[in-house]
Amino acid sequence: MSTSSDKTVALFATCISDLMFPNTPKAVVALLERLGCRVEFPSAQTCCGQMFTNTGYYREALGSVRAYVRAFGKYEHIVAPSGSCVGSVREQHPMLAASSRDKGLRREVEAVVARTWDITEFLTDVLEVEDVGAYFPHKVTYHPTCHSVRVAKIGDRPYRLLNKVRGLTLLNLEDSDQCCGFGGTFSIKNPDLSTAMATAKARQATNSGAEYLVAADNACLMNIGGVLSRGRSGVKTIHLAEILATTEPEE
Amino acid sequence: MTTIALPHPTRRLTPAPPAGDLLDTPKFPKSVKRYLGNSQLRANLRHATGTIRAKRVRVVSELPNWEQLRQAGEAIKNRTARHLDSYLEQLEANLVANGAQVHWASNAREANRIVVELVKAKGVSEVVKVKSMVTQEIELNEALEAAGIAAWETDLAELIVQLGHDRPSHILVPAIHRNRSEVREIFLQEMKLYGRAAPKDLTDNPPDLAGAARAHLREKFMRAKVGISGANFAVADNGTLVVVESEGNGRMCLTLPETLISVVGIEKTVPTLEDLEVFLQLLPRSSTGERMNPYTSMWTGVTPGDGPQEVHVVLVDNGRTKVLADPIGRQALRCIRCSACMNICPVYERVGGHAYGSVYPGPIGAILTPQLRGTASAIDQSLPFASSLCGACADVCPVRIPIPELLVHMRHRVVDERKRKHIGLERAIMKVGGWIMSRGSRFGAVEELAGRARGILRKDRLGPMPWPGSAWTNARDLPLPPAQSFRAWWKSGHTDNPFTANRSGEGAQP
Amino acid sequence: MSKSEILARIRNSLVDVTQDDPVLDVPVDWSYGQATAVAEPVQLFIDRVIDYKATVVRAADWAEVPGLVAEVLAQAGATSLVAPAGIEPAWLAQAEAAGIELERDDPPLSHQRLNDISAVITAAAVGMAETGTIALDHRADQGRRELSLVPDMHVCVIGTDQIVTDVPQAMARLAPSLRQHQPVTWISGPSATSDIELSRVEGVHGPRTLHVIVVG
Repeated sequence: MSTSSDKTVALFATCISDLMFPNTPKAVVALLERLGCRVEFPSAQTCCGQMFTNTGYYREALGSVRAYVRAFGKYEHIVAPSGSCVGSVREQHPMLAASSRDKGLRREVEAVVARTWDITEFLTDVLEVEDVGAYFPHKVTYHPTCHSVRVAKIGDRPYRLLNKVRGLTLLNLEDSDQCCGFGGTFSIKNPDLSTAMATAKARQATNSGAEYLVAADNACLMNIGGVLSRGRSGVKTIHLAEILATTEPEE
Repeated sequence: MTTIALPHPTRRLTPAPPAGDLLDTPKFPKSVKRYLGNSQLRANLRHATGTIRAKRVRVVSELPNWEQLRQAGEAIKNRTARHLDSYLEQLEANLVANGAQVHWASNAREANRIVVELVKAKGVSEVVKVKSMVTQEIELNEALEAAGIAAWETDLAELIVQLGHDRPSHILVPAIHRNRSEVREIFLQEMKLYGRAAPKDLTDNPPDLAGAARAHLREKFMRAKVGISGANFAVADNGTLVVVESEGNGRMCLTLPETLISVVGIEKTVPTLEDLEVFLQLLPRSSTGERMNPYTSMWTGVTPGDGPQEVHVVLVDNGRTKVLADPIGRQALRCIRCSACMNICPVYERVGGHAYGSVYPGPIGAILTPQLRGTASAIDQSLPFASSLCGACADVCPVRIPIPELLVHMRHRVVDERKRKHIGLERAIMKVGGWIMSRGSRFGAVEELAGRARGILRKDRLGPMPWPGSAWTNARDLPLPPAQSFRAWWKSGHTDNPFTANRSGEGAQP
Repeated sequence: MSKSEILARIRNSLVDVTQDDPVLDVPVDWSYGQATAVAEPVQLFIDRVIDYKATVVRAADWAEVPGLVAEVLAQAGATSLVAPAGIEPAWLAQAEAAGIELERDDPPLSHQRLNDISAVITAAAVGMAETGTIALDHRADQGRRELSLVPDMHVCVIGTDQIVTDVPQAMARLAPSLRQHQPVTWISGPSATSDIELSRVEGVHGPRTLHVIVVG
């Protein structure tokens, strides 16, 4: 476990975790505080706007872009527990700002984008820690979600972090690089395909022999978890941050 | 044994394709239904795409400079597109200087008219064809049929498709949706109607099936007076056309007939001969997953004493200049038709190419087709949404087309065009959503309301629901938000964090 | 008429392009014609050609070629052989002496006649080690394109000095022929298809067997 840091971190909870999975941002708070950071939650934040952008509604997404700049403009470190939302901020916010013809917004977006991190990147690259002192005595398997790998490009960081968790057994997930079929509004617009993909992923998670399916994105976990729960598979879903925040009970 | 119902029309020269227009394909979510439910199709596709993916990875990893090759491919194609006018003029001049005749076609109808007239002028009633995407795009075979000319497809998969009264479902392996016993059935039933019959004792062993195709087509190659091809590349600075293939049917069509007509999309141009060293490495490894495809033919106009002595090149626009007008959308014109994007695509893998209602299926089709055809039809409006945006396609694209970015771009275009016509439910939801998400306080208020759902419904998740909730809940449960959002917890002082209470792992679980 | 229309449409579509020189407008970061470092290109070439299910025999020098040609044809059961006009006559002598019916493509034979001949022999222009590819530029010792296509068996003789490491090196060697408007054919193994269930079958329309004699 690393020495303490004096960094102030603005937590971007992301809308889905804020509303549906509050334990994830709570875990991020606990984890970062344990590593010596001061965590703030700017209440002006909303979401990354991906549900609008990826459905083709650029204008409707601009409100989220502006809210993001307003909420996080003054912070040095902005951290979110989602590769997808971080990826959207990095790749789509500049494009949306450019489409708005608002030059000031473009500058503000560029500045804030460069300071936005996925929690795994912030741990390994900024705090330079892989062993965060976590304890999780369970068999887990990890699903590298598409956007965390291909947009936020967090690479092998989750594996490096998981490998240092005491008590944890990491099991192989077959075809792990395949999409779970969430895809935002894809899950509603193409429900048959989306569930076919989620069903395959849930089957592979079950076949892995793990108690928990871990990912660094709650949207994907909600999708796969929906199938796991319907099928009463017994495999639970959990966000990576919640594992990293869990410590050995003190006697 | 699989039994396939095949229609037997009369008076046609070649097997009739399925009735109906591709443009009448229902919107994608609807069109996938009949394919998703076909377990034979899904098994054929999973097997085929799985095989080809593994081969691609193996041969790509052999080249340490693969990323540089991709970047070079991207840059060369960008250079070409951004100066296409001058490269096309150069191409034409070099072709003409070497004895070829060059024709320009603005659209499919014009291209078909040119080809039909050229074939008619030779006084023949049949042509042999090399597999070509652009001739499918312009539906040349049907135009020739209407003019009393039989167009014989000679690629094995195209032959399977043609004899099967079917449409291609993949740009590289058009019969990827068929398994060996289906192919045997088609050959036994149909070959005898259009030429040399398949042997009566034909097995479903692929070498036997390939042998039957060889014998069936050999007589057609031997007597053909006119060959029709596309081109993978057209080299501006030398007037050289390139066809990349495997079976040798391409070489047959390119060399045995007296007349060769090559129909070439204008975006197939590359600036120089040297540029071929980049694409002839990128293409075979990305498409068939081989270090090199069995045969590559390069020819420059007419070669005296070797091959066709009358050579025509038809340069086709058919929507490409429209694609070029959009600086973001034009990136799709870099496509070299390798099919790596569809082979890797989890959506394509589950439904195959027919669901896309387009000659170009899969991820590239989802961005290219609505640009070429426009977004007037239901299928074209839905194609950009036929993706979970997982991004696997962009990783494998040999010319680095950012397919997910272009999908989003095309979604925006569809929404924008629809917006002008009417205010739909979706747009209303998005507008309200956008309004909520532009202020933290508004989202907070919505969260508070949502937090009451558990109390009211007395459950923590939703099972199957009626439409429209069924879209999510048909096969998936939907968790309901907990009573207190993170925002509310933070506002209330963020004490009692379950993860700082020094409790064991389970204690922190929701 | 369509030409001017298409060119005008292209120009209208490219209003964002302000630099007239394509090379300055879009730099291509690639060193053309660079050789891949390969320790044993000849051996790699042989291995990769064999990978494609072609057969390879090695001749120590050109004097061994006539004997090997006769041997390869005899083993494959060929009864007739066609040769391009410009091929080294000595290569054919032993095969002819062994009773193989020999035809010269001079004057050019008909498609049907070629279809009835069991094998063709040609020289080659370039061999590519990394991909196991043989390139023909169809000069007199290789003959017109049809010759090495229609007969069911292709015997190809290539010198080790003709083998380069990779595609860029091969393109550099082939460019002069292409600039002189010679057609060029690249051959990687016998004809093949993977059109049925992606299962590879060697031998479709092009020669179903390829024998390569590597000399030197």
